[in-house]
Amino acid sequence: MGASAVIIFREVLEAALIVALVLGASRGIPQRGRWVLAGVGLGLTGAAGVALVASSATATLSGDAQALINAGILLTAVLMLTWHNVWMAAHAKELKTELTAVGLAVSSGSRPLTALLMVTALAVMREGSETVLFMWALATGADSGSGLVLGGVLGAGAGVVAGILLYRGLVRIPLRHFFSVTSLLILFLAAGLAAQAAGFLNQAGWLPSLGNNLWNTSGWLDQHSLLGQLLHILVGYTARPTGIQVVFYTLTLGAIALLMLVQRVQRQRSQVRASQPHQSTQHTPPSVHPA
Amino acid sequence: MESMHGKDQVLWGAALRCAALRGLLCAALVTAFAGTEAAQADVVLTLHAGQFEPRQLEIPAGTKTRVVLRNQEALPAEFESESLSREVLVPAHAEVAFYVGPLDPGAYDFFNDFNHAVKGQVVAKSLAGGH
Repeated sequence: MGASAVIIFREVLEAALIVALVLGASRGIPQRGRWVLAGVGLGLTGAAGVALVASSATATLSGDAQALINAGILLTAVLMLTWHNVWMAAHAKELKTELTAVGLAVSSGSRPLTALLMVTALAVMREGSETVLFMWALATGADSGSGLVLGGVLGAGAGVVAGILLYRGLVRIPLRHFFSVTSLLILFLAAGLAAQAAGFLNQAGWLPSLGNNLWNTSGWLDQHSLLGQLLHILVGYTARPTGIQVVFYTLTLGAIALLMLVQRVQRQRSQVRASQPHQSTQHTPPSVHPA
Repeated sequence: MESMHGKDQVLWGAALRCAALRGLLCAALVTAFAGTEAAQADVVLTLHAGQFEPRQLEIPAGTKTRVVLRNQEALPAEFESESLSREVLVPAHAEVAFYVGPLDPGAYDFFNDFNHAVKGQVVAKSLAGGH
């Protein structure tokens, strides 16, 4: 029972933490709960489908195809998280005022609801397919008792609870810092997912490894320990990375940070321009107009 | 038939990669390696009775090798190796093929990510008579 509980816990934990982060980071965006919930539903359906196809295959499965699908899912999630973070860089202020009950409507139109839906669905599908495959084998296996199934259910429950705890912890962050913290967390999450994708692309032979085991910190912090696992999910901790993973991690981190910065600067400029309509004031620092 | 299929996959994979990355220069390499790839038989790794069989999987060093992992257990498994940078899921009663290497001579640990007590090693050996 313990063994199956641990396996399912680890799979569910990853999806649950990602959903919790996304849910936290999108606080204040109208309707985001409904979209995230739809994402979970879609993800579970997708997971069941993947598990069904994988377990009914009679021919030799291709490890390369598996790696490419994983990489595709991960990179799509990275793009969606980027979109979300860049949007937040421009709209965090409005969301803050909305949350402090001033009731200012968030400028609609390009709200990143699709991004929320897709990130949630992809995370749930990727981790869920392994969970479904495992649980299905447990439930139908002749030699496995109901204890294993119970263990699996408990493991899944514990994973979901961890996600809820993360979310509850996040919303305790003072509103002043809230979106800076969540954006930073999403930034590192995206970089970690990109590094994982690089690993799969290398596995399928699409990318060079640029050096196996660039460093090895296994003795320091085992990636399979609970803390190592948490850090792996949240910030992409890898005890023995390949060169290409480090390259992907760094580039993703840099690219998203740059896009966020550009977006923020543009936003500030347009606000300054809007509040100062006169051409002559362009070079003077923004001043507060008397009401 | 199995080995022909494997050879085709290797060549097509290599050809696609070349087109994407290095262009024509690679075409010569594909032809050059076609002979050695064809001679390369698959290495079979079986998972049954709670163990990998063989526990020491020997492959030639310096060559990309196709490993067929057969899972004869009632539970899915995940072949994972940090030193090989591999993570391959295999459902219950199914088989999956993946590549390792080219590797430097030496031993590389792997384990079942769904049951860390189930372990093994890939042992890359340089061919006798080779440099």
